[in-house]
Formats: sequence, C-alpha cells, structure tokens
Amino acid sequence: MIEVRSINKAFEDKQVLFDININFEKGKKNLIIGQSGSGKTVLIKCMVGLLEPDSGSIFFDGRDFTHMDTPERKGVRQEIGMLFQGSALFDTMSVEENVLFPLQMFSNMTPAEQKERADFCIERVGLIDALNQLPSEISGGMQKRAAIARAIALNPKYLFCDEPNSGLDPKTGVVIDHLIAEITEEYQITTIINTHDMNSVIEHGDRISFINKGHLWWQGDKSEFLSTDNPELNNFIYATEILKRIHPKNL
Amino acid sequence: MNFFTLLGKYILLMRRSFGRPLNHRYFLRQVINEISSIGMSSIGIVFIISAFMGAVLVIQAGYNMENPLIPAFTLGYGVRESIILEFSPTIVSLILAGKIGSSVASQIGTMRVTEQIDALEIMGVNSASFLILPKITAALFSFPFLIAISMMVGMGGGFAAAVIWDIASATDFIAGLHYYFVPFEIVYAMIKSLAFAFIIVTVSSFYGYYAQGGAEDVGRASTRAVVYSSIAILLTNLFLTKIILG
Repeated sequence: MIEVRSINKAFEDKQVLFDININFEKGKKNLIIGQSGSGKTVLIKCMVGLLEPDSGSIFFDGRDFTHMDTPERKGVRQEIGMLFQGSALFDTMSVEENVLFPLQMFSNMTPAEQKERADFCIERVGLIDALNQLPSEISGGMQKRAAIARAIALNPKYLFCDEPNSGLDPKTGVVIDHLIAEITEEYQITTIINTHDMNSVIEHGDRISFINKGHLWWQGDKSEFLSTDNPELNNFIYATEILKRIHPKNL
Repeated sequence: MNFFTLLGKYILLMRRSFGRPLNHRYFLRQVINEISSIGMSSIGIVFIISAFMGAVLVIQAGYNMENPLIPAFTLGYGVRESIILEFSPTIVSLILAGKIGSSVASQIGTMRVTEQIDALEIMGVNSASFLILPKITAALFSFPFLIAISMMVGMGGGFAAAVIWDIASATDFIAGLHYYFVPFEIVYAMIKSLAFAFIIVTVSSFYGYYAQGGAEDVGRASTRAVVYSSIAILLTNLFLTKIILG
C-alpha cells in the first residue's frame, strides 16, 4: 500500500499540487485521472522520487520514502517498476538486454538464471520473437510491452504507469491495459496508473482519483464514476461526443 | 544561470559521477565500449590532422628559415618542439572536443529527454556514475595514446614534407628531432592531454545531463558542450603551461 500525505509542490511561483492525500491499495489498479497540466505526472514523479515535494510524506508500506537517506531510498526503488509514457527503453540495448539490465545490476542471480528470468518476463508479455531486436526496430505497442517486461523483472511490489496507452491505437491500448491488469492481480502489486483514457478507467479503475488544477477533486471506484454528480469530473468524463451519448441523462 | 551556479551544479554532478559502480564487470564492459567510441574511432582523424599539420609546419618553418646562418637541423628541432609542446596536446584536443564532445552531449542529452535517465534513477542506479564515469575512464585511458600517435604522425608528416620538397635533408631533419631532447616535455604534454580529456568528457556530459525539452535543446546542449569545453581547454592550457613551464 502507498499512502500520500499532504503533498504540496510548486515550481518557482507556480503551485502545482495542493495538499494531496490519497491511499493506493495493494493488488488493485489505482488510477489517477485528470486533464493535461492538472499535476498527475508531477504527483507520480514526487511519489517515485524523481521530484522532491515541498512538503508532505509518501509511505511505501509504512516506510516514509520522502525522509529516507539515499541508500534506504535505493532499497525502496528496487521494489518499484515504472512504465514511462515513451517507454524509456535503453535504445542501444536489445529487448532482452533491456530486461536483463535490472537483473544484472541488482540481483544475485548467475548469468544463466538472469537470462532465464528475463526470457520468462519477455515471454509473459508475448515478445519472445523480438528478443534480439532494438527498441527502434519494434512498434510502439511492442516497446510498451518490453518496458512492462523490464518493469516486472525484479518482481516489484509497486508498479507505476505513466499514460501506458498514449500514442497507441485503441486495440493495442486495450492489450496493454489487460497486461497491466493481469500482472497486478497475478503478483498482487500496488499499481498506480496515470491516464486520460476513459476505456482504461471504465474497464480497470478499481480505485479512481481525479486531480483537477492540482487538487484531489474526487475519489471513488468505477461503479460510482459514471454516475457522479461532480460537475468538473462530469465535464472531464463526458468531454467527447461518444461518451456524451452514454451519459445516464441521455440514455 | 550565473557562472557560480553553473560551476556548483558541475561540481555536484562530478561528485555523483565518481560514485562506486554497481556491477564492476558491467562497468568494465562499458569502459571497453567507450574506449572504442572515444579512442579507437578517433585514431583516423588524429592521424590525418597530425600528418597534414606536421607537413604544413615544416613548409612554413622552412620558408622562414632560409638564412644560411641558421643551422639546418633547426627545422627538425623547431617542428618537434611545436608538435610536442603545443600542437599535439592542445590543437588535437580542441579538434577532439568537437568530435567527442558533441557525441557525448547528444547521447546523454537524448537519454535525458527520452526519460532513459529517469528510468535508471527509478531502478536505483546512480545515473551520473553509470553514464559518465565509464566515459571519463575511457577518455583518460585513450587520450595519452591519441596524443602520442599524433606526435609520431606529426613528426612523420613533417619529415615526409621536408624530404619530398627538399626543404631539409633527411639526416638534418632527424638530427633536429634528436637535438636537445628533454623527456619532461613528453610528461608535460601527457599531463595536458589528461586534463583536456577530463574537461572534454565532463563538460559535455554536464550539458547533456541537464538538457531539457526536445531535439532542438539536445542540439543546443551539444553546441554548448563543444564551445565551453574548447574555452575550458584554452584556459587550462594557459594555466598549466604557466604552472609547469613558467
């Protein structure tokens, strides 16, 4: 479980996050939604330590990540897997080398065991035929799958996904969503997904947090989501014509 | 950003860069790869530039030494001194600042803007040490060899020009090369080459590491890396020469 407590963050004079308090539960897909520029990515970056919050704390299973020293943080970071918006695969390494990388750095496995584990993860995401290909030689969807394989290589306790299906066609986006959902349930990971994609929210949102203008505006699950009377959230959900048509008022 | 803020950031990055590698075998492999991309791939350009510059030096020096009172071996002596003291360590390093500096800055800058550096940090890898230390090690290892090659090829080019265009006889030229040779000059040149290697790689890595935005910003970081490492080389050259020879 990850607990975010009273997080505030500003860049120079611009306040981006205001007193954010959220609990992200274990074994669930916790979605953070909101418009571009609402502060979702800043929140995720504060949670994984890429940005330092101005105040507040983040607890990973009771451990205060924000006030840890560097070696302790390294320990927690090895329990984190992250899927970046642009995949962030190392472009000079093949798919297999990318997945092997965290194992080479942090595991005590022999090279043969590392290879076995890497191949298992690659097979798990259905990329075994692309083992020796470079990231530039595979499609965007395949890159996302390779990044998922790398993220799960060290059996993480926490999986962060920053807009996992951005830039993908709807069908491939669904494949990626299902993969994340399966992995979350299979390994009982605390998964945090930052997304705009309404299909992901409706399909996989075990717990949804809506961030608006840097504030936590609404929290609930997918059963409450579509029938909310929160006007800002309604504006966000029903922004597109296709979703307007399924609004409870129009049905 | 003012000069002192920039210098402070640079020093902090260097402190992080000298962190202990996580996996020594992996580090060794990275160093070997970097020796190939920083050192081996520069041999060709060092060879060509040194040969032609040595030849031009001889033609120019010969043109200025037509007075019969100047001993014939002076040409070889002058060319040797120019090449060892200044041309090979400084001019070749300035040229390598363009080649290696832009490549290092754009490689690290691209990794920054495509979030590859963030990915390393999230895994718990010290990205500065992982990316920069192998390059520093490889450059410190490769530069003395490149400069030594440049010295030999430069003198060889000068010799060829002297003989082909009958500027000096082979015997006189070789006698000049041997005349009053002070081995410490080689040590001085190597000290300079190590300092310049460090400057090129660290200044370029610094600009790449803090690149922000997209392709244009990476290009700008790459240009800055070349400009500032060249200026730093010229300043360091002045101070080192004053300290060691002054």
